[in-house]
Amino acid sequence: MHADPAGVLTGAHFIDGDHACCEGALAGGCRFVAGYPITPSTEVVERIALRFPEVGGVFIQMEDELASSIAIAGAVWGGKRAMTVTSGPGFSLMMEHIGFAIMTETPCVFVNVQRGGPSTGLPTLPAQADMMQARWGSHGDYELIAVCPNSPQECFDLTIKAFNLAEQYRVPVLVMMDECVGHMMERVVIPKPEEIEIFPRRWTKAPLDEYLPFAPGEDLVPDMARAGQGYRFHMTGLTHNEKGYPDMTVSGQARLLGRLIDKIKKNAAALTDVVEDQVDGAEAVVVSYGITSRVAQKAVQAVRAKGLRVGSLRLRTVWPFPEHLIRDLATKVKAFIVPELNLGQMVREVERCAQGARVVSVPHAGGTVHDPAIIVQAITEALR
Amino acid sequence: MAQTQIRIGGFGGQGVILSGIIIGRGAAIHGGLHATLIQSFGPEARGSSSSAELIVADEPILYPYVKDVDMLVVLSQDAYARFTPALKKGGLLVTEADLVSLTPPVPEARHFVVPATRLAEEIGRKIVLNIITVGFFGAVSQLIPREALEKAVKESVPPGTLDLNLKAFRKGYEVGLEQLAKVQAPA
Amino acid sequence: MSVENPVERYLRSDRMPHIWCPGCGIGTTVNCFTRAIDESGIPMDRLAVVSGIGCTGRVAGYMHVDSFHTTHGRAIPFATGLKLAAPDMKVVVYSGDGDLFAIGGNHFIHAARRNLDMTVICVNNLTYGMTGGQLTPTTPEEAIASTSPYGNFEHPFNLPYLAESCGAVYVARWTTYHVTQMKKAMKEALLKKGFSFVEVISPCPTLYGRRNRIGDSLDEMKTYKTRSVIKNGADTKEVDLGMTGPIVVGKFVDRERTTYQDAMEAFYSRKLGNRYVRASQ
Repeated sequence: MHADPAGVLTGAHFIDGDHACCEGALAGGCRFVAGYPITPSTEVVERIALRFPEVGGVFIQMEDELASSIAIAGAVWGGKRAMTVTSGPGFSLMMEHIGFAIMTETPCVFVNVQRGGPSTGLPTLPAQADMMQARWGSHGDYELIAVCPNSPQECFDLTIKAFNLAEQYRVPVLVMMDECVGHMMERVVIPKPEEIEIFPRRWTKAPLDEYLPFAPGEDLVPDMARAGQGYRFHMTGLTHNEKGYPDMTVSGQARLLGRLIDKIKKNAAALTDVVEDQVDGAEAVVVSYGITSRVAQKAVQAVRAKGLRVGSLRLRTVWPFPEHLIRDLATKVKAFIVPELNLGQMVREVERCAQGARVVSVPHAGGTVHDPAIIVQAITEALR
Repeated sequence: MAQTQIRIGGFGGQGVILSGIIIGRGAAIHGGLHATLIQSFGPEARGSSSSAELIVADEPILYPYVKDVDMLVVLSQDAYARFTPALKKGGLLVTEADLVSLTPPVPEARHFVVPATRLAEEIGRKIVLNIITVGFFGAVSQLIPREALEKAVKESVPPGTLDLNLKAFRKGYEVGLEQLAKVQAPA
Repeated sequence: MSVENPVERYLRSDRMPHIWCPGCGIGTTVNCFTRAIDESGIPMDRLAVVSGIGCTGRVAGYMHVDSFHTTHGRAIPFATGLKLAAPDMKVVVYSGDGDLFAIGGNHFIHAARRNLDMTVICVNNLTYGMTGGQLTPTTPEEAIASTSPYGNFEHPFNLPYLAESCGAVYVARWTTYHVTQMKKAMKEALLKKGFSFVEVISPCPTLYGRRNRIGDSLDEMKTYKTRSVIKNGADTKEVDLGMTGPIVVGKFVDRERTTYQDAMEAFYSRKLGNRYVRASQ
């Protein structure tokens, strides 16, 4: 299936990451957005509010982020592709509904334009310090998907991808932007609608009296119905059986949780989305994501000019973490260098998979990006 | 060329950011170049000062912020004081004739003075000061093709004000070319 | 010859027995609700019931319609998204006093302000039942709860006054003693366009009744009978509830206001003309 032409602004634009994210949502078929203003994400919903009435979308500014993050679930069960957009403090408030969307297998997109924290922190300045919150912030065990763009163009591309993955796996997908990419303006090329692949909702074709709303297919993902089709289904945030009825038993919990986790974990290889640069034969590999990957690339170019064999591995999908890639590289390289705009989050994942290879964290408290010289120094020292 | 780092500074309401967007759009959409623009979003962004950081390059831009300024355009005294220290020796400096008094003295730079306020008054709308400046900058910097900038102006201003803004752009560009010719003329 | 119970087709019989205690009033309200749906003529496939968390939060799970058991306090914002995405659905939020007015209070006032086209039914048993009988925003002054062991000194909400002040177009209150009136109010609320609100005062003999020496459910029904005063059109400022004194019941508000969706569509049509594209189902 291809994108609905009504939502696609084909052409070359000079726009920032927030605006590009909005256009990605429109191209990705999003027709319901609930949001609450918060810097530095507000421009996304401002553009949505402007664009939606002309494309048959509904935008509502809710009373808070709790409301926004569950209004989108309601809209999804009413048949829409839906998203909410926020930053740090709002993301904290949305945690319960990320869990609700996971438990009820509600396909939806959460955008977090990260800023410095904790608490009110640095509202207008960048950080990448919500990476572990994205993975573990809601209570209970779960798996989800998170993508991390490093430019306005990728804010567009990966928002479309987020909608597609949400539908394919029936899971909330997080778009982990940051203030820098959110407010940075660059050329963004929006393709023709027929060049944009859309993964449609997995509508059930079951007869009315045979439909089991949470009975999985072969890929462990159930087909979906929406309100008003006559299925008269039930859904709940409680542990439930294939009928959607509460099943609060030890075996019921093991069965449901096992499937919710496996449907992502068993597809980790398919979900891997990285950009490798001269990784083969490298002595050290810089692992980075989002805005930091650009600064890291500058550092990598500088050390290569000095004759060092250094590769770069950029994560576009950060969750699930591409464990297999790091484990494989760990047998071939001396060191991993992990710069990130936090005091050491994704580096823990690299350490977990490094199997004895050296892992060097290059932390930054946020507010700007790394000075490439700091990363150059870390790479040089790691290989000394 | 590799990479040119540009900063445009002024105060709120002058259209400083829009002038940065027009130059960036001219470069990235119509000029066959790469451009990355960042608006200054510090706490000062809501106050009286406003600035845009723009990098123009013939290769993908990695580091997004402006550090060592190759070209500086200032439309306020405050911006002059704050941003000239980061201007590279021999860099391009454009100051507005009536809004910037040159104290402390101009650093070692290729210095041009744009009479944007006066030209805007001649055209009849003070609001086009920023578009005049874009034209002037385009001429004295010779960084981006004129047609690319003019297209970017057309795409960036409200439809009802197109003629006014094009007039402003062209006037700024002509005055810039005149000044450039004076500098380049053999003594 | 077998005779089907008239309300049975509205319930998920495969989920019976329900979890509610003997003497609990929630089942009574559900019985009235099913009859109200029946009389309203709203097709079951066009009806969605959304609940939050708590004893009343389990109502959604027993209704044989598209039903959504959401998170604590957030039934209304879920229902907001559902209604805006599927405007041809009649959306009913069915939840308790703690869920709707403590943790969910902010959403109630904003949904009423916007006049979203939905019905909110609050089973007000004056306490948190599922967690063991704690204080809620409607617990009367002096009443004992597990978190007010010496009695409640907080000022409670007067729900009809709150609903009216925030913009609800239909506001009624009954008790589980008034089954006929309750059913009628629910039917009127279902058929009313805009944000309609029905409060049902309901016994929680296990927790609230026992602690406050009201006795069993039958005793509580007797107090409803003796204390209730029917005042249709009463000034909602004057219908607050105490431990003693009258329980003012009746239909208090029935008025017209433009709904959120009608306002949105009319507004965009006016501002954007034929550039406006209505959301499709």
